[in-house]
Amino acid sequence: MERIKHFFKSFLLFELLKGMKVTGRYLFAPKITVHYPEEKTPQSPRFRGLHALRRYPNGEERCIACKLCEAVCPALAITIESEQREDGTRRTTRYDIDMIKCIFCGFCEEACPVDAIVETRVLEYHGEVRGDLTYTKEMLLAVGDRYEEQIAKDKAADAPYR
Amino acid sequence: MINIEINGKQVTVPKGGTVMDGARQLGIYIPHFCYHKKLSIAANCRMCLVQVEKAPKPLPACATPATEGMKVFTHSQQAVTAQKGVMEFLLINHPLDCPICDQGGECQLQDLAVGYGTSESRYQEAKRVVVNKNLGPLISTDMTRCIHCTRCVRFGQEIAGIMELGQAGRGEHSEILAFVGQTVDSELSGNVIDLCPVGALVSKPFRYSARTWELSRRKSISPHCGLGSNLIVQIKQNRVMRVLPRENEEINECWLSDKDRFAYEGLNSDDRLTTPMIKRNGQWHTCDWQEALVFTVEGLKSVMEKHGASSVGALGSAHSTLEELFLLQKLVRMLGSGNIDHRVRQSDFRADDSLEGVPWLGMNIAEIEQLNSILIIGSTLRKDHPLLAHRFRQAVKKGAQLSIINPIDDDLLMRTAHRAIVAPADMVHMLAQVLKAVAETKSLEQVSAHIKQAITAVSITDVARAIAKSLTTNPSTAIFLGNLAQHHPQYADIHAIAHLIAKVTGANLGFLGEAANSVGAYLAGAIPGRGVLGSEIKSDQNGFQFNAARMLGHDANAGPACQAYILMNLELELDAYNPQQAMKSINDAEFVISLSTFKGSITSYADVVLPIAPFTETSGTFVSTEGRVQSFNGVVTPLGDTRPGWKVLRVLGNLLQLDGFDYETSEQIRAQVIPAEDAITRYLNNNLKDYQVNISSKKLDGLQRIGEVPIYQADTIVRRAGSLQLTRDAASPKAWMSTMMLEQLGAREGEIVRLRQGNGEAQLEVACDDGIPLNCIRIACAHPHTSSLGAMFGEVSVEKL
Repeated sequence: MERIKHFFKSFLLFELLKGMKVTGRYLFAPKITVHYPEEKTPQSPRFRGLHALRRYPNGEERCIACKLCEAVCPALAITIESEQREDGTRRTTRYDIDMIKCIFCGFCEEACPVDAIVETRVLEYHGEVRGDLTYTKEMLLAVGDRYEEQIAKDKAADAPYR
Repeated sequence: MINIEINGKQVTVPKGGTVMDGARQLGIYIPHFCYHKKLSIAANCRMCLVQVEKAPKPLPACATPATEGMKVFTHSQQAVTAQKGVMEFLLINHPLDCPICDQGGECQLQDLAVGYGTSESRYQEAKRVVVNKNLGPLISTDMTRCIHCTRCVRFGQEIAGIMELGQAGRGEHSEILAFVGQTVDSELSGNVIDLCPVGALVSKPFRYSARTWELSRRKSISPHCGLGSNLIVQIKQNRVMRVLPRENEEINECWLSDKDRFAYEGLNSDDRLTTPMIKRNGQWHTCDWQEALVFTVEGLKSVMEKHGASSVGALGSAHSTLEELFLLQKLVRMLGSGNIDHRVRQSDFRADDSLEGVPWLGMNIAEIEQLNSILIIGSTLRKDHPLLAHRFRQAVKKGAQLSIINPIDDDLLMRTAHRAIVAPADMVHMLAQVLKAVAETKSLEQVSAHIKQAITAVSITDVARAIAKSLTTNPSTAIFLGNLAQHHPQYADIHAIAHLIAKVTGANLGFLGEAANSVGAYLAGAIPGRGVLGSEIKSDQNGFQFNAARMLGHDANAGPACQAYILMNLELELDAYNPQQAMKSINDAEFVISLSTFKGSITSYADVVLPIAPFTETSGTFVSTEGRVQSFNGVVTPLGDTRPGWKVLRVLGNLLQLDGFDYETSEQIRAQVIPAEDAITRYLNNNLKDYQVNISSKKLDGLQRIGEVPIYQADTIVRRAGSLQLTRDAASPKAWMSTMMLEQLGAREGEIVRLRQGNGEAQLEVACDDGIPLNCIRIACAHPHTSSLGAMFGEVSVEKL
């Protein structure tokens, strides 16, 4: 009896039709595929992408070289050197993030007492030669300058939950 | 003894002891800010409030004397509530700027706020702001952070001996400040940085350069003064970032002099040598070690072929390690020359043959505080030995009588019982007076007839009699010879008479060692005529045995004493007793090898420059002035192509095909000098045997120079420490003389005068100091502005411009 059942099932392509049923269902179901890069998925204001160093509205860099981000970084991706700037304030002379080491945990952002280091929504960046993905202070500040509007908006959105 | 109970544990504290003492014995931590074990009790932070049974209110543990049967609870509900309350008050006006505060990570307030603070402040009003003060180039201030523990104030009063900081105002208006327009200039000032429990006083050179958690701590030993302070060198990325004291009750306690603390800046100076250099046909070339060493060996060999082995002379600084000095003396002695010395600032070597052992402090450092009567001969005590001066200060506080025989009358910041300020030329005579005065009460049995004869003609002054009385009537006495005595042109006589006075009175004779390794250099055999541990070397064995003065003395007819010089860690234009003559000898020599850490002006006279590592980059040993052997390891790797000195000398020995230069570690070299088991103290002895004292001294026609070594010019590292060079102690030298001498000269204070010594001259500002004896002029040596002048105690002529 089993063998007859099996014979008819294979003869009538029952397995194939069963499989095609799934295909058919998805053929008419609403599509969830995102056509990256033309289309993009929505991002949370807490999205943790490329890092940026922010400035105050008057153009002064926020970072005060307290090195808490360097201390908290679990991947040891941040390297900071500091000095007393001519006006007597504490400033970095070097602020490097090695994006290859970085695990995008966001601890640096959490640790920062002045909201200087933040993670933006940018995820599309690349390096072409070795060392390209070590972001220096200038590069990070440039990222900050470019996305400040978005960063400020995201920070404001997240503020009530902090 | 009083029995008390803390948290249910029994403890016995001495009478007069406090609850805090008991808790410390038990290892119970009571939070505190103003309490410090070395300072007096102020009880003004109130953080150490504890509950005491039967006391209605919590009591401060640091100021509550223990009473029999007292029951203390340090962590009870009442105690903790009180402590939390105090913490809330302290934090009211404390700014929340930990992220930019250099104290962050090692801050007592920060640590205790974690335990006793709340996460939010109830204080809504404006916080007070206090203007920062300028306390000089070493201490940076953030006065808003101050919690008024007054540790810095008490340190000045009690340890440094001078109250340079004080607290003015009351309540919210109280402020810590220096006197108007004054900075903090004490040579121990850096300790307030360690004492400050918050970030109000922090190190200026270190400011904002690193966080404490980034730094690795490495143990080391100070290479500066003879004390041998224990250091913690903190490094980051192979660079020395700062230096802190390592507590050692027997040496530096928990203090550090500014020289030890801030000299690290010199290690990172731009003047560091990083590659070997050779001079070929008058041109300097940088090269690799192989080439430089081969060039050195060829140069040495050619000089030895031409002039014989005894034309080689070696001079090493006593700031070098024991291993370096040992190998240096071994090298020249194996080459067949006996010309080796480390005492480049000494001028009188007549006592060399009579030394019974290695000159040392004569006692342990900690024993100084137990003395009853002290005589210090020829010393700029505070500047040469900042922390020894502190020990003397503590002894004086306990009632010791301090007498000095000195050519200068600097304020020692402690009470001096008797002061004999005499011209350098009269120092021997003054000592003879003391000896004679001592003889009035003590028998002179042990003294030879020759001396008894010599002092008969001496008439005793009142001060000499007073000093003698102080030495004879007190039970525990000591006589110390300072740097000025050791550099004195009649050092041998001073030493001999001091020795006699000590012998007759039963006092301890000691030397305040000039450099970190002054004792070690003797032990290593870096002196003519003596090998390792003072073993005698007969002069016929090794040809000439020139001392530093002979090697550097220049004879107009015969030229330099040596034709090849090996210099180690020396800048002779600053380090020699008579830089004029020394430079002439060096310039006239055929071949000069310099093993040095810094470039300086070495390239103007050397033929080969071999860069050797400073103390932070090599392992080595220093033997402190109290005879303590302290070895250390390098804390960072050598800069550039720099190599440890002992390795350079070892390879040099091998290239010269000398036997016994196959050491692999510095420990092996140390083992050659320091005996494994028996203590080295048996080689230390300040006594003189069979020395013929001569108490008459040559009168000079002109003015006699008193040439002291300024505190921040004493060795090559400290000369390059940027911040120390900005202090008042490092101000450019002046020509100091008494009002009478100024009037004779017809010059006003502040005028520039021309000073001549030999065929060199210098132009300096004159200044008035009535502490300078007549016919004397005090001009610092070892300074670029005065290096053109001659001997440290020579004759000077002054002209108005």
